[in-house]
Amino acid sequence: MAEPAVTTHGLTRRFGNLTAVDHVDLTIPKACVYGFLGPNGSGKSTTIRMFCGLLKPTEGHAEVLGLRVPEDAEKLRTRIGYMTQRFSLYEDLSVVENLDFLDRVYRLPRSSRKSRIDNQLERFHLDDRRDQLAGTMSGGQKQRLALACATLHSPELLFLDEPTSAVDPESRREFWEFLFEMVDQGTTILVSTHFMDEAERCHQLAILDEGRLVAEGAPDTLKDNLGATVVEVAGDDSRAIHRRLMTLDAVYSASQLGTRLHVLVDPGVSAPEELIDAELKRAGLPATIRRVSPNLEDVFVMATLD
Amino acid sequence: MFSLARVFAIAHKEVLHLRRDRLTGGMIAGIPIIMTLLFGYAINQDVRHLRAAFLDLANTSGSRALVMDAQATQVVDIVARAKSDADMLAMLRRGDISVGIFIPPDFERRLADKTEPVAQLMVDGGDPIVLSAARGLMDLRIGIDKRDAAQQVHTFALRAFYNPERRSVVFIVPGLTGVILTLTMVLFTAIAIVRERERGNLELLITTPVQSLELMVGKILPYILIGYIQVSIILALGVWLFNVPVKGSLWDFYLAVGFFVTSTLTLGLMISTFAASQFQAFQMTFMTFLPQLLLSGYMFPFEGMPKAAQWIAEVFPLTHFLRIVRGIILRGAELGEMWHHMWPLAVFFAVMMSLAVLRFRKRLD
Ligand SMILES: Nc1ncnc2c1ncn2[C@@H]1O[C@H](COP(=O)(O)OP(=O)(O)OP(=O)(O)O)[C@@H](O)[C@H]1O
Ligand SMILES: [Mg+2]
Repeated sequence: MAEPAVTTHGLTRRFGNLTAVDHVDLTIPKACVYGFLGPNGSGKSTTIRMFCGLLKPTEGHAEVLGLRVPEDAEKLRTRIGYMTQRFSLYEDLSVVENLDFLDRVYRLPRSSRKSRIDNQLERFHLDDRRDQLAGTMSGGQKQRLALACATLHSPELLFLDEPTSAVDPESRREFWEFLFEMVDQGTTILVSTHFMDEAERCHQLAILDEGRLVAEGAPDTLKDNLGATVVEVAGDDSRAIHRRLMTLDAVYSASQLGTRLHVLVDPGVSAPEELIDAELKRAGLPATIRRVSPNLEDVFVMATLD
Repeated sequence: MFSLARVFAIAHKEVLHLRRDRLTGGMIAGIPIIMTLLFGYAINQDVRHLRAAFLDLANTSGSRALVMDAQATQVVDIVARAKSDADMLAMLRRGDISVGIFIPPDFERRLADKTEPVAQLMVDGGDPIVLSAARGLMDLRIGIDKRDAAQQVHTFALRAFYNPERRSVVFIVPGLTGVILTLTMVLFTAIAIVRERERGNLELLITTPVQSLELMVGKILPYILIGYIQVSIILALGVWLFNVPVKGSLWDFYLAVGFFVTSTLTLGLMISTFAASQFQAFQMTFMTFLPQLLLSGYMFPFEGMPKAAQWIAEVFPLTHFLRIVRGIILRGAELGEMWHHMWPLAVFFAVMMSLAVLRFRKRLD
């Protein structure tokens, strides 16, 4: 892999007293799906906006496709695509009118305009919605239209800000198939999400928390290098169990995952299940205990521990 | 690279928005129609048909003629005959009448003496417009006085140029084109850009290769056409309903409108670079509209204003357009004679356009 798609050095953005993005150093390789995982307000959108040249970094700098942003942002315009978190197409324009407008604004060849638009409609299953006003479409349809518009000019680099937040699991799977298809053709895709299952599919992942980059790497690598043993505990009174376990020095954290607790234990402890079992027995809290392999949630919890 | 294709793409999109937006579409025709009717009929400064009563204590043929003459001016409508002094005052106090005509018993003697007024007008002095209309009636006394020398009365009658009947509607309607456009053009453009910001469209738009200048020009193009539509509606209503005479050339007039509309549209663009919401755009539009309405010479005579106010007013496109349009429509002037009012419009356009383009950043911060 040659030159990376995006590199940042100490990238920082403040809004008044609030530091939305805090000294982030990143390298995003080309032709992959790169994920931004983080809770609300962790700085995902702010970072993407800086990459698109829409916000000026307070400190540090970023290079996108070898160009400095925001200084050289205008040169980037035709090479990047951006799907905003909030639907930003014209709700009072029809599907075709939206596509046609962007096609003209990007000054794509006029002779192939019709076939290009038809092609996008077909690819994103919007052919039967051509003349429907964008504002009247369902969440999933809007999302497909937004992606059709963001990819109309075949950008090398695509920024997708929480593209699947209003989409059912079935459409989400289909959506990811689009993404992998594009990556196969050489496109680089940066996608932000707070869904663990989506993060799991990314080739590379950056975990953001309160504006800081807390972990970076391939999902499997991140899980393998967790630096803790994961023990799953299921019991009747999980709040009491949680309280009790947190008194143990070897327990880093215990977090609720569905009906169960995921307990992260110091890897130096040789038999963590027994340690927990003994502790809960002493407290008279019956529970089933089992060792499990780490998931991304555990990675996230571990990374944001301090 | 400035691209006309992109300008037209923006303009075309704007037309689509307008077609879908019933409210704005209605306002394009509605505002000029309503305002022209309002200004033309209601805000008519020619006061006529004031309700009046009279008390004729002389009751001679001369005094009866005076009452008839007063009625004939149409300034007053005699609606009642008062029984007494007190009766007339009561009617005035209740607001039943605005004017009372009092003819004293010694009317004929006063008429012969020519030393004092022959009769008295009792007026509701609280309304300055009624008061000044009644002042006009005072001249009627002379008419009675010089019944035999009617010629001489004519000699002294006021002769008003360009508006012989002194109908203020003739003066109001041409200027109204400028006033209405100052409001609608600024409002439409300001909102057209702010709406994109408010609805989140701008974040997408500024990520495309579109340039600030292309966006600004594309946004105002459709409104130039709308400006022409509105001006035509107002002028047509003025001609048909109020018999406004068009003395000069329509071509000259429409050319001047083009200058005026483009310059005033840039004010809307400027506002759109400041306003964060459509509501703010509304407020700012009115903040710029009111001083223009008051200082442009539309509401009050320009010459009567303090020097400082006149200097400020020279900046406004409306001030210059009013002079041009009154010149062409009322006095039959040619546009060539009005060049000194045209270039300020062009300068206003160039300055505002440059500022708006410079101020509009393709950024969110
Ligand atoms: N224009 C702004 N002015 C002030 N504060 C802002 C602005 N934009 C973002 N912030 C703040 O910066 C922080 C990061 O916001 P950002 O939108 O980047 O988060 P996010 O990770 O995209 O969150 P979400 O998942 O909710 O979209 C938040 O605390 C937010 O309130
Ligand atoms: Mg966000």
